Amino acid sequence: MLLRHTTKEIKEREALTINPAKTCQPVGAMYAALGFHSCMPHSHGSQGCCAYHRSMLTRHYKEPVMATTSSFTEGSAVFGGQANLLSAVENIFTLYKPDIIAIHTTCLSETIGDDVTQISAKATDEGKVPAGKHIVHANTPSYIGSHVTGFANMVKGFVNYFAAKTAKGNGKINVIPGWVEPSDMREVKRICKEMKVETIIFPDTSEVMDRPQTGTFEMYGPGGTTIDEMRSSGDSKATLSMGHFASLPAAEALDAKCKVKIVDLDVPIGLSATDRFIQALSETAGVEVSQSIERERGRLVDIITDNEQYFYNKRVAVYGDPDNLIPFCEFLVDLGMRPVYVVTGTPGKYFDERMGKVLKDIPEAKFKQGAQADMFLMHQWIKNEKVDLLIGNTWGKYIARDENIPLIRFGFPIIDRVGHSYFPSLGYMGAIRILEKIMDALLDAKDRDCKEENMELVQ
Amino acid sequence: MSHEKHIAKIEKIKQDMLAAYPPKTARKRQKQFLVNQTKLEPKQEMQANVRTLPGIITQRGCTYAGCKGVVLGPTRDILNLTHGPIGCGFYSWLTRRNQTRPVDDKDDNFMPYCFSTDMQDENIIFGGEKKLRKALEEAADIFHPKAIGVFSTCPVGLIGDDVHAVSREISEKTGINVFGFSCEGYKGVSQSAGHHIANNQLFKHVIGKGKCCKEGKFKVAMLGEYNIGGDAFVLEELFDRCGITITATFSGNSTYEQFASAHLSDLTVVMCHRSINYVADMIEKKYGIPWFKVNFIGAQASAKSLRKIADYFGDAGLKARVEEVIKEEMAKVRKALEAIKPKVEGKTVMLFVGGSRAHHYQELFKEMGMKVLAAGYEFAHRDDYEGRDVLPNVKVDADSRNIEELTVEPDPKEYRPRKSEKEMKALKENGMRFKDYDGMMPEMEDGTLVIDDINHFETELIIDKYKPDMFCAGVKEKYVIQKLGMPLKQLHNYDYGGPYAGFEGAINFYRDVERMLNSRVWGHIQPPWNKGKALPAIFVDVSQ
Repeated sequence: MLLRHTTKEIKEREALTINPAKTCQPVGAMYAALGFHSCMPHSHGSQGCCAYHRSMLTRHYKEPVMATTSSFTEGSAVFGGQANLLSAVENIFTLYKPDIIAIHTTCLSETIGDDVTQISAKATDEGKVPAGKHIVHANTPSYIGSHVTGFANMVKGFVNYFAAKTAKGNGKINVIPGWVEPSDMREVKRICKEMKVETIIFPDTSEVMDRPQTGTFEMYGPGGTTIDEMRSSGDSKATLSMGHFASLPAAEALDAKCKVKIVDLDVPIGLSATDRFIQALSETAGVEVSQSIERERGRLVDIITDNEQYFYNKRVAVYGDPDNLIPFCEFLVDLGMRPVYVVTGTPGKYFDERMGKVLKDIPEAKFKQGAQADMFLMHQWIKNEKVDLLIGNTWGKYIARDENIPLIRFGFPIIDRVGHSYFPSLGYMGAIRILEKIMDALLDAKDRDCKEENMELVQ
Repeated sequence: MSHEKHIAKIEKIKQDMLAAYPPKTARKRQKQFLVNQTKLEPKQEMQANVRTLPGIITQRGCTYAGCKGVVLGPTRDILNLTHGPIGCGFYSWLTRRNQTRPVDDKDDNFMPYCFSTDMQDENIIFGGEKKLRKALEEAADIFHPKAIGVFSTCPVGLIGDDVHAVSREISEKTGINVFGFSCEGYKGVSQSAGHHIANNQLFKHVIGKGKCCKEGKFKVAMLGEYNIGGDAFVLEELFDRCGITITATFSGNSTYEQFASAHLSDLTVVMCHRSINYVADMIEKKYGIPWFKVNFIGAQASAKSLRKIADYFGDAGLKARVEEVIKEEMAKVRKALEAIKPKVEGKTVMLFVGGSRAHHYQELFKEMGMKVLAAGYEFAHRDDYEGRDVLPNVKVDADSRNIEELTVEPDPKEYRPRKSEKEMKALKENGMRFKDYDGMMPEMEDGTLVIDDINHFETELIIDKYKPDMFCAGVKEKYVIQKLGMPLKQLHNYDYGGPYAGFEGAINFYRDVERMLNSRVWGHIQPPWNKGKALPAIFVDVSQ
């Protein structure tokens, strides 16, 4: 047994987190910053933070993740990180020539109270920021929220820095897709194009975190939301905000700054959440739903119709980020499945409210958010009553192996398989991919474990 | 090209590189970049173990990573609790490929777990000791481990939580050996400080506490072997065949009891000099166990190291067995080399990694007939470049001064010189060297580049100038280099391959490198329509 110390007996914990279903803010800020064109994420803290975040994002995307650090030493921890940050800004603009440096803080620089706004102003005063270049920042203390909070804070930082309202509207719709894969951001853009809606999508990591092999290395990919787009986002008709945790704070900041109406949506994972997205897109932009999108939906519903027996009443445990879990569980319920155990380390009562509604017809369902809502607790629940399927990031493979439960990798980080950054999970086509994965997992398990006499050629 | 011209050419590369830096950055970087010239007197000096310049895209990590991740991470039965916000614990959870082999289903193994106090803002404001205390009580109550390590992250030192006092308190209360590590990420200048902090605490709180050493006639403690990809398993098996007992490994495939009983061995050997040489020194001073450097990366190096161990014990039977094993293994190695050498000979490589690996792995490349153009460490010190002779002259700067140096005296009860003065003298006269490490530079060819703490800017520049066939570094560099259309061999995690230690490992490495260099994919980077007009019509052998 790999997780041999996980017992059936559940003891109440107040202080100890075991096998967390979350990580810390700065990695989210780094990922968000990579979704802006020609932007260098900068970690203001010890160099280990930056090394850890780059490594984790690199393992997940199998792509270059370029980011810099203030490399704090004991001296900077005592006297403040100003000198380090000023020197970093000079080195970054000289050597790596980004258009933007996106600084996020860490628990170290937050605890000592470095004022990044003031230090950035000083860098500008000292001529360390070349003309036409920018420093954006977000406060991302690791001891509040989770990686999702850090993502939200950085996106909000870009809105606060760039978005502006002019006298003239741009006729566009903003889309904040939340913490999703480059493939998903690409898919959102495709859907909007199919619907003939002009959008500004931010952040957008497609063509940054999924770059082709060309035999050349470029520091910044062709992708990423541009400065002009970010400026213009203040003139858009509305903002479709996907995800309460990762996207809404930026949408609210934009509304506060430029009076851009918010359409508060879930990440369009699965049938119902995608329906709401398409409907909102159609209504907000004043366009008809395109035939092509409606036919995609039809294909999804067709597959569900044809295969519902494989999904019905299957017990599922899911862990990960709340913006994903809410629509994902809703989709599982739509399929007739039973998401019985759901945990997220990201704290927030909103999760409880929404999951309560999504899981209202599954009385045995347990869900929890916050510090002790960890994978250890979920595993203990599973020990008490087994599930048929496990869905979440790579760390679930230890539970999957010990308990002989099929695992579908979904969310962040996935560091042992590829595909997530290339094939979308959003929209109707993404839902078909999720369906395929669920069926593959369940039926592969059946084909492997069933009695020989029950082996079926046709399913 | 004459030697002088060659040196001048490389000096030019260095000057070009420095010219692109802001002046202050250039001043600092120039001391960490040299053209190797082994015959110069006085010898060349490499500046190392100094601060990384902010903003330059370094390979380096932090002290916590070195302490919790590298040194204590591979031990299966110590419950490692990270005291801090969630990230540090999360990132160091199972990500380093340290394999372990519990003896049975009952044997403790906490390695697949991540334990954290998951500090919140109120703990930062009002202090985190209360939460740490409670978390330790919960961990003790749920898991009943033999020992618990508490690892401090950045904010812990700043807010003044006394992890050592809380550890002592819980130790007294539960009877579990609980010890703290002040390994905040901002200490030191790299992971190296974390290794030191980890090892110091193991020396203070664990080594010497054990009473039962693994039985065997020739007992060796192996330091600085972390069992990435199963390296330690290979060495355990190899030593076993020779009749040598590895009593403890620091820290691959290790247990608390092994650490605790390391003082009962008769010889200490050191693999990774950087991360642990001082522990070997302390063990010698306190318990009388001599140490020397070994290297089991590379077939020749493995043979040499085995012979040295056999010579130390001086037993004729052991020497004969070692020779037998070497003979058997070298036959396999020769066969493997015959198959791959024609496909890789003359290819060029650069290695920028770690604190020992950039040196050790040169052995393997040399065996394959490949040429090392440049190398450097991520977190090593001067002695790892220039050899231990420079130790008395190494300047202790403000960052190093903060890392505790233990004062060690012979243990009144346990000090027992394993060899008499006379025996040691005889061994030395026969050419055996103790406490030896000559460093990387003397073993590199003249005219090669040596760069300490290389950054992304310099990496791109030297690749552009030299166009090597292969680059060795870590995961952060992997996909950057491969985008350039050349393979990067990861020497931290072995690209999820290995083991690479010992003879068996050497064969694995030869094959992996040959596969990477000659992968057909490199011929497919350009689509056929971009390869010139004539190409689409003819057969193109992509392996060329």
